[in-house]
Order: sequence, then structure tokens, then C-alpha cells
Amino acid sequence: MSEENGRAALSAELMKRAAPGRTDFEDLVIVPVLAVITAIVLGGLVMLATGVSVGAIGTAFVALFTGSVGSISAISETLTAAAPLTLAGLGIALGFRAGLFNIGAEGQVLIGGMAAVIVGFSFESLPIYIHLPMALLAGAAAGAFWASIAGWLRAATGAHEVITTIMLNLISFRLVDYLLRSPFVQKPGRADPISKNVTESAQLPQLLSWLDPNMRVHAGIVIVVLAVILVYWLLFRTTIGFEFRASGLNPDAARFAGMKSGVIIVVVMGVAGALAGLAGANQVLGVLGRASPGFSGGLGFDAIAVALLGRSHPFGVLLAGLLFGALQAGGRQMQVSAGVSLDLIAIIQALIIIFIAAPILMRAVFSFAFQKQARR
Amino acid sequence: MAVTEVSPGGTKAIGYARRRQTLISGWLLLFLSVFVAVVFAVPVTGDASFRLAYPGDAFVIPNLVVPAAPYAYVVSALLAFFGIRQFLPGAARWSGLLLGIGLFLVVTAFLTWATADKSFSLTGMLQATIVRAVPIALGGLAGVLCERVAVVNIAIEGMLLAGAFTGAVVGSTLGGAGGLVAAVLVGGLFGLLLAALVVTYRVDQIIAGVAINLLVLGLTSYVSSQVLTHYRELNNAPVFRSINIPFLSDLPLIGPVLFQQNIFVYGALIMVAVATYYLFHTRSGLRARAVGEHPEAADTLGIDVYRLRYLNVTLGGMVAGFGGAWFTLGSVGRFDDNMTNGRGFIGLAAMIFGRWHPVGALMAALVFGFADSLQQKLAILRTPIPAEFLAMAPYIATIVLVAGLIGRARPPAADGKPYIKD
Repeated sequence: MSEENGRAALSAELMKRAAPGRTDFEDLVIVPVLAVITAIVLGGLVMLATGVSVGAIGTAFVALFTGSVGSISAISETLTAAAPLTLAGLGIALGFRAGLFNIGAEGQVLIGGMAAVIVGFSFESLPIYIHLPMALLAGAAAGAFWASIAGWLRAATGAHEVITTIMLNLISFRLVDYLLRSPFVQKPGRADPISKNVTESAQLPQLLSWLDPNMRVHAGIVIVVLAVILVYWLLFRTTIGFEFRASGLNPDAARFAGMKSGVIIVVVMGVAGALAGLAGANQVLGVLGRASPGFSGGLGFDAIAVALLGRSHPFGVLLAGLLFGALQAGGRQMQVSAGVSLDLIAIIQALIIIFIAAPILMRAVFSFAFQKQARR
Repeated sequence: MAVTEVSPGGTKAIGYARRRQTLISGWLLLFLSVFVAVVFAVPVTGDASFRLAYPGDAFVIPNLVVPAAPYAYVVSALLAFFGIRQFLPGAARWSGLLLGIGLFLVVTAFLTWATADKSFSLTGMLQATIVRAVPIALGGLAGVLCERVAVVNIAIEGMLLAGAFTGAVVGSTLGGAGGLVAAVLVGGLFGLLLAALVVTYRVDQIIAGVAINLLVLGLTSYVSSQVLTHYRELNNAPVFRSINIPFLSDLPLIGPVLFQQNIFVYGALIMVAVATYYLFHTRSGLRARAVGEHPEAADTLGIDVYRLRYLNVTLGGMVAGFGGAWFTLGSVGRFDDNMTNGRGFIGLAAMIFGRWHPVGALMAALVFGFADSLQQKLAILRTPIPAEFLAMAPYIATIVLVAGLIGRARPPAADGKPYIKD
């Protein structure tokens, strides 16, 4: 792009920032809403194409709605599914802000979860206000350690974080398999790789079990809210957050301004890994109660989508995590009552991401909903 | 990949980073030297014999017999020499090469240690290496084709999976050849989708790639559980048998490894050769690379940037679709959910590892394929090391190599950036 062009774009950007108007409203509200509706409609077409009857499709959509927000227990399921996605998504978003593409959340979730489980079953008679924070902290620390290996390699040798995090994921799968079979971790009397149960004093307490013992929502959601606020504060209210964003936007300028790029990379990866590790701890201490092979269930990869959907902003990530959690909870209900495979949800999620990321496409297809604007 | 240059500006700083890298690899080599001596040399006695021929081959060559302990001492001495060399003047130039050779020697020492007093089919392992490298090499090649025109392709995994699924379903109804063609076409279709998203609709390239991966995973798993579980005959494709090349397949060692393989192995080797020729020896290849390095300049010279991006990304998708068919038509004939299992991401790593060059990607894929088959065959030898750690070793080695060897590799300059024509 020529210099003049760049300057024009910059002034347009500044104008936009000075006067948030119709375009912002369209980008932030209309595009996402249309994207979700279009994706769900296309999901219906996919069902139709695979021979699901029209009546069953209707049932499926009703179940998708009632299973996610239709009742208190549905909301409880939504929140339970949203919590780890949001936590890991926050970590990935932080990486994006600093210009790092961390594919390693899956491995960080696994390693963090394993550490939390080990601390969780190792102590018998500790009070919950010591044991639970210890287990959570172990999860966060282990995740942070695992991620900062990639950060350190990037800073010290320039090894690309995409490769190193992919490799660390693969290593973590094997490591977890090994740990689950080692006598220290494996549940006595079991031949399959499964860990001992977390003692009660390390479990995240369920919040609504006094209403109905089946309500799974647990204190993890408090951690999520705190983490969202903390990441927002870190990114936008502290010097180090400014340095994160500066080195993401323009690494050269950041370096010439005296920021230490190596330290920033390691710290960003460390914090991101701590958040992913917390997501793993959240799962094992709040939902599963123990660890089994692949207990993360692809959550670290879904979290990449959550971070992208939330535009790498903490509040956006929270909303995206809630949306994905709702789709997952509703999808399970859909599978039960309409016999439609849960995998349909993955299709809808992917379509939502595509449509939200392609505002030009949405504007072209639904031109009636948008103000006319000059071609960019 | 939107890579930001890590080494601070100026040759002095780069020199400093290289020197540090050299020192790190020096210490690593010295550590490995001691490790090989202590673990692989001291405790073993006896010979390791490697079978080089199958019984009944046209030319039977004798087994390669290596005395295990003396070999390990030789390797240890060589590693010590390489390590010390890293601390002497002028080391930076040879640092990467020596580290690569060093790791290769460690692997051979490990093999002789594991095989001591036993015998082991080297030919079988090398044959499996090539087979297992195929999908990774094709994935890496797809990545090279896309990234040379500055389109980051995270969607390789999804394209492989789409190829595997289409190969199984169409192959079950129309036969293997039909399935293969369909897999290539569907791969191309997803390439076209990626190109449309990133070129025409200017979606962030990584977002588009992640979304396509999720979409393909969702679609294939959904159809497989909703439809294929009820119609099993749709998921039972014929498998391509291996074709023996006349005369060449009778050669000892090389014959079974290179010339008794199926159409996917030959296809992958041919595609790597064609892609190298296309990218580096033709006018359109030069234009494609220009688009990847400096799209503005290419545009000024009258090259249609958008068209070339569409073309190359679609081609990349077709290559990945072919590679995906390997999973079903080339090995088991039936599709399972998420059966590519991250192989596309390893292909991505192979591409970066191979410095954005088709041959480099193939070489890197061979390293991964070797590790894969090594781990499978070692189960037979019953080493005292837990299987999980053996399975980790190739990934650890990759990290070491990436940190030591190609920290300085450079992606195409415009990689990952959209081009907006004025």
C-alpha cells in the first residue's frame, strides 16, 4: 500500500474512533446476529440433506433452544460448558493481542488439569480453603510452565510458536497417557488409564445443588468472571498490557521504544498457559472429578474459535464462550430428543465464525439490513 | 504466518543470536555425547543385526551386523567432536548441519542399542517410513503452494479430512479410482472456499483456516454418525494395492523401500518434483513467488494477484485432497471420525521445517514418518523405555531441530497479509 493510502486509512480509522456510529453498531450487533441466524438455518438445511424429517428438524431446533436457555438446569449446563472455553479462550486471545498464535491450548489444558488432579487427590485432610486454591494454583502453574517453553524457545532461538505448540500438544497427549498408567496416579484396581478421584476438599463446590442435585454449575464460573476482569485490566490498564498490544501491532516499533520483546513473549505465553491450565483444572475439579485420556476433549481447539469470535477482547471472549457453551448444552439436548448427532453443532459453530469474520459477505448477502456505504 | 522478526534489527544483533544458538547446540551435542556413552555404550554387549532383505527377494544381501557397544563409543566420540567444534571460531556456519548429523547419529546409536543381541528388519522400517510420510508430505506441499502466494493455510488438516471422507464414500460406490478423483476435487473445492474467503471477502487467513477445519470436522463426523452408521456399505472402499515397478523393485533395500509402494507414494514423489519445477523453473511459478513476496510490485508488472492466489490455493487444496485419500483408499478403506488426527498440523510443521520448499517439506515429512514407524517397530524389540516416551521422542527432536536449525528460516515476505487492489 502506498504511503498516501496508508495515511487515508489511518485518518479514517481515527475518525471512526472519534465518532462511533452506525458502522460500529452494524459490525458489533447486526453482523453477529445475522451470522448466528444464517448458520442455524444452514444447519437445518444440512439436516434436511441428510434425511432428517421436517418434524424432527423442528424438534431439534426447539431442543437446541430449551436445552441451552430454556430452564434453570439448561442455563446451568450452558454455564458449565462455557466456563473452560472462556478461560482457555482468554489465554489464546491474549496471545493474539501480542501477535502470537498459540495452538497449544489443548496441551496446556491437559497438563494443567493433570497437575490439578494430582494435587487434588494427594492430600486427604486439608480444609477446602487451602486445598482447592492449591489445586487451582497447581493447574495454572503447570499450564504456564508448559506454554512458556514455547515462549522461551521463540524468544531465545526464534523457533516458530506454531510448530513448538503443536509439538508440545502431541508430547502432552503421550505424557498424560504415561502419567495415567503410573502407579502413583492410576486408580487402584483399574487396568485402564484413569486417575484417582479428587478428594472433596479440592472440588469446586456446586452452586445450585440445593435446588436440584443434577445441576452441575460450579464455582468455576466465579473464576471465569474474575479472569475476564483481570485480563481486561491487564491488557488495557497496565503498562505490561500496553507492551503486549504494542508488540502485537508493530513489533519493530515496540522494540525501538525499548520494550524487551523476548521477555514479553515469555510472559504472554506464561499467562496464556496459566489461563488454559485453569481451564483444565476447572474441568477436573468442577465437572469430571478425575482425569482420563483426552479429558480435554478438543476444548483447547474450540477455544481458538472462541478467541477469534470474541475478537480477542476479554468481554467478547466471554460472550463467545457463552454462545459456544449454549450451543453445546443445547446440542446435547438436541441429540437426546431429536436423534440428531451432536456434531451438527460443530458445523453451526464453524459457519458462525466464517460469517462473523466475513462482514463483506454478510453485507453483500443481506444488503437490506445495512446502510449503504462507499466501497472500501 | 504473520511472523515477526525476532532477532533485533542490525547484523550485529543477528550475529549475537547466532552465536548464542551455536553455543546452545554445542552444549546439547556434548550432553548427547555423554548420554550415548553412559546409556547406549556401557551397559550393552553383543551385536545388533539389521535385516536388509526379505526372505525370497531376488537378490539376497546379508544382514548388517553392528557391534553395539563399540558403535556407541564411536558415535559418542563423534558427538563430542561436533560439540567442541561449536565453541571454536567459525562454528556458526556448520552449526545446523552438525546438529542434524548429530541427532541422526544418536538415532542410529539408539537403534543398535535397542537391537543388541536381536535382529531387526531395517527394510521394513524404511518402507513404513515412506508410507507414513506420504500424508504429511502432501499436507506440507499443499501448504507450500499456498504460502508461496502469501496465503497461510491452517486448513490443511480439514482438507486432508475432507479427502479421506470423500475417498471412502465415493470409493465405496464408484470404486477406488472414482474415489480418488472425487477426493482431489473436494479438496480443491475447499481450497477454492479458502481462497474465496481470504481473497474476495478478506477474512483473516488464520480465522478462515480454523473455521474450515471445524467445518470439515463437523460435516464429516455428522454425516458419518447420522448416515454412514446406518448404511455401512457406503463406508467400505477398496484399497489401492502396491505396484511393483519392473526391475527396480528387485533391487536390494532400495527396491522394497521405493519401488514396491502404492499409487500414493509415487503420486507424492511426482507431485513434489512437479511443484518444485513449477515454482522455481517456470514463468508462472516465478510470478506466484512474486505475489508471495511483494504483491504490489507483481501487480504493477501486470500480474493478476487475485487470480494467482485463487489458482495456487485451489491447487494446494487438490494436493491435500489427494493426500487425504491416503487415509482411506491408501490404507484401511473405511472412514473414522477425525482420522487425520493432527497430521495436517504436522504437515504445516513440515512445511516450515522444510523452509517453504517442496523438497524440504518432503524431507521433513520423512523425518516424521521415520519417527512414526520407528515407534511402531520398537514395540517389537521390547526396550525398557516406556512406549509413551518413545512416542514423544520425534516431537522433542522436532522442537530441538526447529530451535537449532531453522530459527532463521524466512517465510514469503507478504505471507498472511491480504492484498487490496487500489
